[in-house]
Amino acid sequence: MPEMTFRIWRGDSSGGAFAEYRTEVTEGMVVLDAVHAIQAEQAPDLAVRWNCKAGKCGSCSAEVNGRPKLMCMSRCGDLPPGETVTIEPMKAFPLLRDLTTDVSSNFRAKMAVKPFKPRPPDAPDGTWRMDQADIDRPQEFRKCIECFLCQDVCHVLRNHEKHDSFIGPRHFVYAAALEMHPLDTENRLADLKGEQGIGYCNITKCCTKVCPEHITITDNAIIPLKERVVDEFYDPVKKLFRIFRPGNARR
Amino acid sequence: MTQYETHEHDVLVIGAGGAGLRAAIEASSTGARVAVVCKSLLGKAHTVMAEGGVAAAMGNVDDRDGWTTHFADTMRGGQYLNNWRMAELHAKEAPDRVRELEAWGALFDRTRDGRILQRNFGGHKYPRLAHVGDRTGLEMIRTLQDHGIHGGIDFLMEHTVLALVPAGDRIVGAVGYEREKGRFHLYRAKAVIIATGGIGRAFRVTSNSWEYTGDGHALAYEAGADLIDMEFVQFHPTGMVWPPSVQGILVTEGVRGEGGVLRNKDGKRFMFDDIPDLYAHQTADNEEEGWRYVTGDKDARRPPELLTRDHVARCIVHEIREGRGSPHGGVYLDIAWIKEKLPDAATHIKRKLPSMHHQFIELAGVDITQEPMEVGPTTHYVMGGIRVDGDTQMASVPGLFAAGECAAGLHGANRLGGNSLSDLLVFGKRAGEYAAAFAAEHDLPAASESFVNDVLQHALAPFDRGDAAEMPYAIQRSLQETMQDLVGIVRVQAELDEAVERIGGFRERAERVGALPNREYNPGWHTALDLPNLLTVSEAVARSASDRTESRGAHFREDHPEKDPALAKHNTIVRKAADGSMHVVREPTKPIRDDLQKIIEENQ
Ligand SMILES: Cc1cc2nc3c(=O)[nH]c(=O)nc-3n(C[C@H](O)[C@H](O)[C@H](O)COP(=O)(O)OP(=O)(O)OC[C@H]3O[C@@H](n4cnc5c(N)ncnc54)[C@H](O)[C@@H]3O)c2cc1C
Ligand code: SF4
Ligand code: SF4
Ligand code: FES
Repeated sequence: MPEMTFRIWRGDSSGGAFAEYRTEVTEGMVVLDAVHAIQAEQAPDLAVRWNCKAGKCGSCSAEVNGRPKLMCMSRCGDLPPGETVTIEPMKAFPLLRDLTTDVSSNFRAKMAVKPFKPRPPDAPDGTWRMDQADIDRPQEFRKCIECFLCQDVCHVLRNHEKHDSFIGPRHFVYAAALEMHPLDTENRLADLKGEQGIGYCNITKCCTKVCPEHITITDNAIIPLKERVVDEFYDPVKKLFRIFRPGNARR
Repeated sequence: MTQYETHEHDVLVIGAGGAGLRAAIEASSTGARVAVVCKSLLGKAHTVMAEGGVAAAMGNVDDRDGWTTHFADTMRGGQYLNNWRMAELHAKEAPDRVRELEAWGALFDRTRDGRILQRNFGGHKYPRLAHVGDRTGLEMIRTLQDHGIHGGIDFLMEHTVLALVPAGDRIVGAVGYEREKGRFHLYRAKAVIIATGGIGRAFRVTSNSWEYTGDGHALAYEAGADLIDMEFVQFHPTGMVWPPSVQGILVTEGVRGEGGVLRNKDGKRFMFDDIPDLYAHQTADNEEEGWRYVTGDKDARRPPELLTRDHVARCIVHEIREGRGSPHGGVYLDIAWIKEKLPDAATHIKRKLPSMHHQFIELAGVDITQEPMEVGPTTHYVMGGIRVDGDTQMASVPGLFAAGECAAGLHGANRLGGNSLSDLLVFGKRAGEYAAAFAAEHDLPAASESFVNDVLQHALAPFDRGDAAEMPYAIQRSLQETMQDLVGIVRVQAELDEAVERIGGFRERAERVGALPNREYNPGWHTALDLPNLLTVSEAVARSASDRTESRGAHFREDHPEKDPALAKHNTIVRKAADGSMHVVREPTKPIRDDLQKIIEENQ
């Protein structure tokens, strides 16, 4: 069986360095398998997150040869043969140890998005009626596995570190799923425009490119949200309408 | 004295899968102060992987369905060893629990008239599984998570519980560590709910994640609670077999629900060859009828591919053993064939089974809309677990509750697909409700310092031994091989004895494991601490399997291939004896209520 060389980041917030490991690579092996083999045989304290090993839980995010990826869905056979493979933790988040990062900013960002608030049930038995066609879009957004690779690649977070004033692509997808949910009655546009910082997004589409669930983050979630924000706050006719809309005094 | 941080709550929930989250939401809605601790980050628990759907007799697709049919199906699937009270509550309450998810924002696939769509699954008489494509678990966990985070619950993520804290005859909390810094914590609580999921990591080929080391089972066992039905481990018939690194990853039953068929290397649909008597009258006897069933013809009977999992798994093993398997030691599962029936088959498959399509393209280079998959059995689910009261979910130790996969009773000798997600919701809610009520009626005695200290000293011991000692990964691997080879789908006495003996040896080695001197996020250390749990559940499975000298449901004994009527009404109980050894006893099942017996007879 052929061997491959892996350069893996080892270290914590106080510093670290790449370490090189060689391990056997069998047919169909993914990068996460290689990391596990190294852990089992050479580096028992190598820190890495994973759960499902099937691309469903979004735990094993890392940067493989500089590209944000799920390690469990990256086949070794697809990497350039004979070349050393570099594995690093996600760079947009504070390092914990080795390949694990502190992703808690994401949990805070989500908390800030107003939760689902349904309209009263449609039927006397307390249920609702929804057309499949009306939920196709929010269902696309709900495929998100919270791997945070989109957050990792977004320059607003990665280079400008605006974790406190920009909730990032994952949470725009979350907000969009709620805003486009046929039953939802909440309005999140003021928050999106304000503290959630949707204006910082300049539609580079890097997030869409890395999403392992192939969610069209920019075109289907962010741009429509931006348009709604514009309609709500900058369109004079809509604005007038907004002022006289019942219940608005409370906001 | 080793340092630790102390937390205090009314209810402590161990586990943040469907059961733990549902329990926490319920407990906290009563005003109780609730903490949830979980080994991984929020939203990553095993529930996220569930694919096919959640079973609830809402009757949206076939209005002949109702709770009585669901109850009868569940009992038949479990070969009547189920806790019938749980089967009754489950069938009655599942529809409300599913609708409640919709009120919390879940978006299930829809029927044409806009209601929740339901699909066929093995052992369910009518289309009953509410679903979202093949990512139902993700929808469920996300809905519970997004609802739960606004409920004032304290979430302690990447914390692992090591032991339950006793006080008198009660449980008053737990001790654990956090992965990030390796610091210790004491979680004091008036009531504790275990919702830690399963034990799949005891086997080499499994669909389960690293978390499934049977922690909750072992925690309860060590605290003196009874485990029950541990011989019943479900081997799902269809896991991936190739390439080797993905062996065991699940291929959802939904593939067969959508018309996928099993064939051997000669192209024969071998499932028609062996249809058990119990199911003969509701199973199609020709391919045409099977297809009509999966396309919604109410007069058609279901194809034999949708027989219960235990049976399908054994038929597959039989084909492989007889030399009629596929090149990599599996059989073929073919959904591509439906293009003979449907003009837009490829689109249909991608829409109904998107993650299966993705999984096979990415991991095996196989396009399931064009070619068959290679599949074989994989360790999937444990029917056995912590013995609980059907109504309250309290274990045999006061103040201790259990819900979800780690609790036992609902599924008896074999679980029907889709009945787990509904189990989590129905009994998660009940556990939360009754744990909160228990907490409201009880005080919170102090935890014994010396008990806590003993747990912590034991947890730190691997560091003293260093990494020159036994490697935890190596022992884990040997244990998995042993369970796979000797306690798998086909069991015989001599091999079970051998397994128990070897597990004893692994236990001695586990006492000598070492870890590199680093408490921060050190998986080697974590694996060392998981090992004793994995050993305890493995021993419980092997000993229970050895005690049940018959074949029933998921438990198949080659040396006792028939059902033994004398064992039809007995459960196997595992408990820790005073001398620390593991005891196995048989207990008669509780006689079933007359009205429920009548329902079973009417649904024969
Ligand atoms: C691939 C796959 C597909 C499936 N598909 C279906 C399906 O379609 N329908 C269906 O009904 N069922 C399905 N199942 C079964 C079902 O998903 C599981 O039985 C169910 O999700 C278990 O849920 P749970 O809440 O009991 O535990 P889990 O969701 O597994 O959660 C366990 C929790 O306990 C925590 N934990 C464990 N040990 C400790 C500890 N020591 N300290 C602290 N926390 C701990 C974990 O971190 C986790 O948060 C499937 C299973 C698999 C593997
Ligand atoms: S499109 Fe917007 S959110 Fe996405 S990466 Fe670019 S700036 Fe970030
Ligand atoms: S939107 Fe895509 S990339 Fe972003 S967290 Fe979700 S799944 Fe990951
Ligand atoms: S381990 Fe779950 S996505 Fe990789």
